[in-house]
Order: sequence, then C-alpha cells, then structure tokens
Amino acid sequence: MDWLQILAAGVLATIGPITAGYALSAIGLNLQFGYAGLLNFGHVAFMLVGAYGTAMTVEFGGPLWLGLIVGIVSAVLLGLLLGIPTLRLRADYFAITSIAAAEVIRLVVRSSWAQPWTGGVFGIQGFADDFHQLNPFPTAELYGFGQFVVTGRSLWVMMVGWALVILATLFVARLIRSPWGRVLTAIREDEDATRSLGKNVFAYKLQALMIGGGIASLAGILFALDQQSIYPAGFEPRITFIVFVMVILGGAGSIWGALLGAAVFNFLFFATDSMMARLQANVDWIGAILSPAEAGLIKYVLVGIALMLLMVFRPQGLLRSRAEGRADAS
Amino acid sequence: MPADVPLVRGPGGAGFWLSRIVRLSLVLVAIVLILAFPLAALAQGETISGTLVYRAEGERTPVEGVTISVFQDGTQIGTAVSDAEGRWEVPLPGPGTYQVTLDVTTLPEGVTLTDPTKVELPSVAVLGGQGRSVIFPLGEGRTEGVAVYARLGSLLIAGLKLGATISLAALGLSLIYAVTRLVNFAHAELVTLGAVLAYVFHATGGGPGWPLVLAAIPAVILVAGFGWLQGRYLWQPLRKRGTAALSLMVVSIGLSFALRSLIQLFFGGQPVAYPDYAGQPAIDVLGIPMVPKHLATIGVSVVVLFLVAQFLQRSRTGTAIRAVADDRDLAESSGINVDRVIQVTWILAALLAALGGVFYGLNESVSYDMGFTILLLLFAAVVLGGLGTAYGVMVGGFAVGIVVEMSTLWLPAELKVVAGLVILIAMLLVRPQGIFGTRERIG
Repeated sequence: MDWLQILAAGVLATIGPITAGYALSAIGLNLQFGYAGLLNFGHVAFMLVGAYGTAMTVEFGGPLWLGLIVGIVSAVLLGLLLGIPTLRLRADYFAITSIAAAEVIRLVVRSSWAQPWTGGVFGIQGFADDFHQLNPFPTAELYGFGQFVVTGRSLWVMMVGWALVILATLFVARLIRSPWGRVLTAIREDEDATRSLGKNVFAYKLQALMIGGGIASLAGILFALDQQSIYPAGFEPRITFIVFVMVILGGAGSIWGALLGAAVFNFLFFATDSMMARLQANVDWIGAILSPAEAGLIKYVLVGIALMLLMVFRPQGLLRSRAEGRADAS
Repeated sequence: MPADVPLVRGPGGAGFWLSRIVRLSLVLVAIVLILAFPLAALAQGETISGTLVYRAEGERTPVEGVTISVFQDGTQIGTAVSDAEGRWEVPLPGPGTYQVTLDVTTLPEGVTLTDPTKVELPSVAVLGGQGRSVIFPLGEGRTEGVAVYARLGSLLIAGLKLGATISLAALGLSLIYAVTRLVNFAHAELVTLGAVLAYVFHATGGGPGWPLVLAAIPAVILVAGFGWLQGRYLWQPLRKRGTAALSLMVVSIGLSFALRSLIQLFFGGQPVAYPDYAGQPAIDVLGIPMVPKHLATIGVSVVVLFLVAQFLQRSRTGTAIRAVADDRDLAESSGINVDRVIQVTWILAALLAALGGVFYGLNESVSYDMGFTILLLLFAAVVLGGLGTAYGVMVGGFAVGIVVEMSTLWLPAELKVVAGLVILIAMLLVRPQGIFGTRERIG
C-alpha cells in the first residue's frame, strides 16, 4: 500500500479546481439551506444553467465574457422562475418541486430535440480557449514537489477558482451580517414569528434562492472552463446530494462551513477512491470480488451513509456545538 | 405499554444508536451479499453486442431502451436493453451459432428498422473467446398509415399500464407519509429492489431460474421484509428520537443514495430485460394493437388496488391505519398500538412498491436506477391525488401515467417524463393539496 500516493490523491483533489467548484456550489446552497432553511433539492440545475449559458453563448459566436454574464444571469433568473410559484408552498412540496424542475431542465437539455442548441447527450466541447489563453503559467510546466504536482493549466484554473471562492465567502459573510441576513436567519428559526413582525418572508426567501443560485452557477462555469467540455450526465441529481453532504458536514449556516465541508468531503472522497483502486489492484481477495468499476462505487455508498449519519448525529456539522444552530429548519 | 408521546427522546445515547445502525447495516449487507452471489457467477467470455443508432438528416442519435434477445435453437440465451449511448451486450454461454432478434415494440415512437425483414438475424456465428457485434439499421418510421383511432387506443393502453405501475408504487409512498409524515426518497429503491430481486430469481446465471411469475413472489416478500426492517430499526428509532421531519427527508435521501449505489455495485450498470415475455407480439383487440403483458399489468394492478382499498376500508388494521393517518395522538389515546400500525404500513408499502417495480421492469427494463427514474412520477401522482391520501393517489397514478404516454402525441418520446413532471409542478401551483386532499393553510 502506498499511503503517500493515496494522501497525494486526496490532497491534490482538495486543493484542485474540483473542490473550488464544489465549494462555490456549497456556498450557494449554504445561503439557501443553511441560512434561509430552503430544502433546495434541485441545486444542480443552477450549475447546469451556468455552465450551459456560458458554453452555448460561445457556441453561437459570442465572446466568453458575455457567456459568463449570460450563465450567471440565467441562473439568477432560474431562481426567480422557480421561486415565485414554489416558495409559498410547504417545505416538503418545495423540495419535490425543485428536484422535479431540475430533472425537467436536464432531460430537455439532453434530448435530441434540443440537440441543435445544447448538443444533446454529446454536450458541448471546446468553448473556453479564451480563458486558457489568459493563463500566465506555461501550460505543460509542473509545479509542486514529489507526488504533489499540478500542471500550469490546473494551477491557473485553481487560482481563479479559489479567488472566486474567497470572494463568494466574503460576499455571503457580508450579506449575513447585514440587516437582510438577520431577517433571513430569523425566518429559518421561526417563519411565523418573522412574518408577524411585518417582514415579507416570501421576498427574502426568493432573494436567497436567486443569490444562492447565482453563486452556484459559478461552480458550473468553473467546471465547464476547467474541463472545456460539458455533458448533461455531469449534472445528475447525485451532485445536489453531494453538495448537501458538504454543507451539513461543514455546518449548515456557518460562513466558512461550506468551504470546510467541500474540502473535507473531497479529501475523504478522493482518498477513498484512490485507496479502493489500489486495494482492488493489489489485494487478491478484493480484486477477486470487485472489478475496478465496482470498487469505484464504494465511495458513493459511503457518501449516502455519511449523509444519514451526519443528519442523525451531527446535523450542526463537524465543528459547532449542538445548541448553537440547528440545521433543520422546521 | 407506556404512552409514547411522539417527539419525546427515545432511549439511549450514541452508543445505543450506533449498535442499532451497525446491526441494520450488517443485515442489509448480508441480504445484498446473499442475493449477489448468483450475479458474480456471470463469467466473462463470448458476447454478442451492438450499438443502436438512428440516422435522420445526417444526424446520429443513440436509441435507448430497446430490447434485444438472443436465442440458440429456439431457447432463449439472454436479453439486453440498449443504454443511453445505444449500446447493448448479451453474454453467451460459449461459441456457436445464435439468432438475434430486436423487439420492435420497444423502439421509440417514429423509429423503425429500415429493412423490416431484418428484425431477426437468423445465424450469427460467434467464435471462442470473441465478441461479435451485429447491426440493426434504424431509420425514420412512417406513422401516417396507422389509423388515429388505433394510435390513440394503444397510447391509452400504454398510459393505463404505466399508470397502474405508478399507482401501486405511489400508494405506499403516500401511506407512509400519512402515518409517519416522512417523505421517503428511499421508496425508489424499494421499487428497484423488487424488480432486481425478481430478475435474480428469474434469469441470473446460477440463480434458480424460475419463471417470472414465480420469481416475483419471493422478490416481493423479501422487499416487504426489508420495508419492515427499515421501518422498525431505522425510522422508528429516529422518530422516537424526535428528529425533525425535514431532517428525516435528508436521511431518506442518504439511504436512497447508498442503496442505489449498492444495487449498482451488485447488479451492474447495464439495464436488462426479463427473458419471459420479452418481445411479446401485440394482439388485435377491437382494432387496437395490445400487448398481452400490458393488459395483465393493468388487470393485476386494478385487482391489487381494489384489495388494498377493501383492506383499508373494512379490516380492523386498515381502519387503524386510517385512524393513525388522521390523528396520531387521538388514535394512540384510543388504544391503537401506533408503532404496530406503522410497521404494518411499512410492510404494505414495500410490498406494493416491489410489485410496481416488477411490473415496471416487465414493461420497460430492469436497472439499478429505475426506481429513481420513476420516483419523480410517483411524487407527481402523490401530489396530484393529495399527499397522504390513499384513493386520491390511485387516481393520481393513472392520471399521470395516461398524461405521460399521451404526451408522445406532441412531444418526442424521450421527453415524456417531462410531461409528468410538468403536471406535478402545475398541480402544486394551482391546488397544492391535490385533487382529493384537504386544504391546509400554507405560508
């Protein structure tokens, strides 16, 4: 067993663009779920809209900067469209509607009917050349030491990604400390009481959904820029639930929690993946019962169990004490 | 038994809890392992495979969900269903000459074989240790020849068939909500498990190889047992612990996710079809082509739904279920053993879900994510009929099924699920309590 390699796999994933992207998504969901108490089970739709908004704009001849704006604005509008009819509903109905809406969007995007615009199941490739041309680092150069190396290309995406994460975190921190944020937290704690004080609960929830959606669209855009290629299969509902695990892990309703949750989750996720792959290849009896693809599934089983255990034993996240803030808003 | 007021903390701390969860997971793992052994017996070797693509106007579109069967001297060797990329593969027992047939009834609307006589490839020779790939050329179909009446009729039958499946599965979801206020996303995996276990008993190499009708019985019973197990050892302790309803919903998502990945781990990612009744030819009833298995699905489901309705309406336990659904505290104070009633509801719900799964597998295909695919339609049925109702959900299920299938008159077949989800969203906007639900003040 080469523990250093396993550690390297975990660490590289934790500092890489994947974690930065998931952290952005988690920051958006934390605003919606952690602060406003919205059970948004269709979160991945915001990432999809951000990524496709960007890619399709470039595909139709627009410049990349316009694509970025289109992606973010579309996600905010999606929050508006999704929120106006559904936020007046009970929390469980909102959860069902949001996941249904996200699936509608994904199924339409992947259909052959929409193929002329979205590329259907084949997706869209090669739209982010402009972004990679801005890279100040030589693309093929390796940075780092020992096992811990990244290419210049990744380094550039990482820098941009983490810069966005810091900005988004500071932005949300600022929002939450404002009067607006205090009302939002009050809604999560006791919706009826807040309403009786004359606050427009609906408007606050809608704004939280839209802003959270806008931040999550950055996650979709970052993934799209990094991989230069997007497919509908990359935006399946499982992504939403992974982001939920991250938010709860880090502590729903804590400023740095989303970032912490994404980092801890990805470290464990990729280290487990690397460990299972190695066990599968090197340990005879494991190799005999599991194929490489099957060994790769173990980590998803663990994600599901982790979500259950966290929700039962530590709904307040890894760090905080139980009394300080309850994740469940009911 | 002392009065157990809900939301009072149950016994024990984390240690007690851990032991429960450990025990539950051990049982789960054991069940899955026992069932998975026959699957592992599938050895790698000779295969027949192919990729179904449909060409129109110079575009290549993969064709998903088409059933292909392989025969040798009249005996069925195996079946496969094409995946999202149109790929399919049937493992073979050894080298030899095989017949390969494509089930034209599973082709999507508007897609046909460019040469209708090529529906069966009579002699495909496969050499030792080799994979052989075969081609079924597909093109645009002509539907003008088909009478509007026959088309509407067959879509209605397809809708009733899907609706029957949805009603069965959604009824359990609604009953569980009614007695425990749990919106159980892991209900999807009860559906999948029913279909998958029936496949294991029916068609897995090394399995008993019972006919589907027989194989469905142990499958449904095992899933009912699994329903009881999770109701008793997972949800009941959580309820006693006073975990909030929304947290329970997130727990059910976690369970769903873990189970789905476990099923994929043991069953594989490829969709498969039950060999029994695969490619069953349609018979002509009153000028409408009908597939007998669709009619059987509708018939059996209606009988089962009727029996469940009678059970809820007339039996003592059924009345108790309705009482707990109506007002839990009142039911408890009038001497009903609520925990027992909830356990019975879990068994009933899991049984219905598994049966729905077998029917869904029979008419579509069996795969690890089939339950999740249909789950949102189940929610649509539940919301349409009214969350927590029983009879409303039965009606809602049929309505969703019919709308989904009828939508193919206007929409491409791959978007028919979207039609069901749009009803769900529209219904929530207009009448969130459902057709039969009672009004409740929200926000």
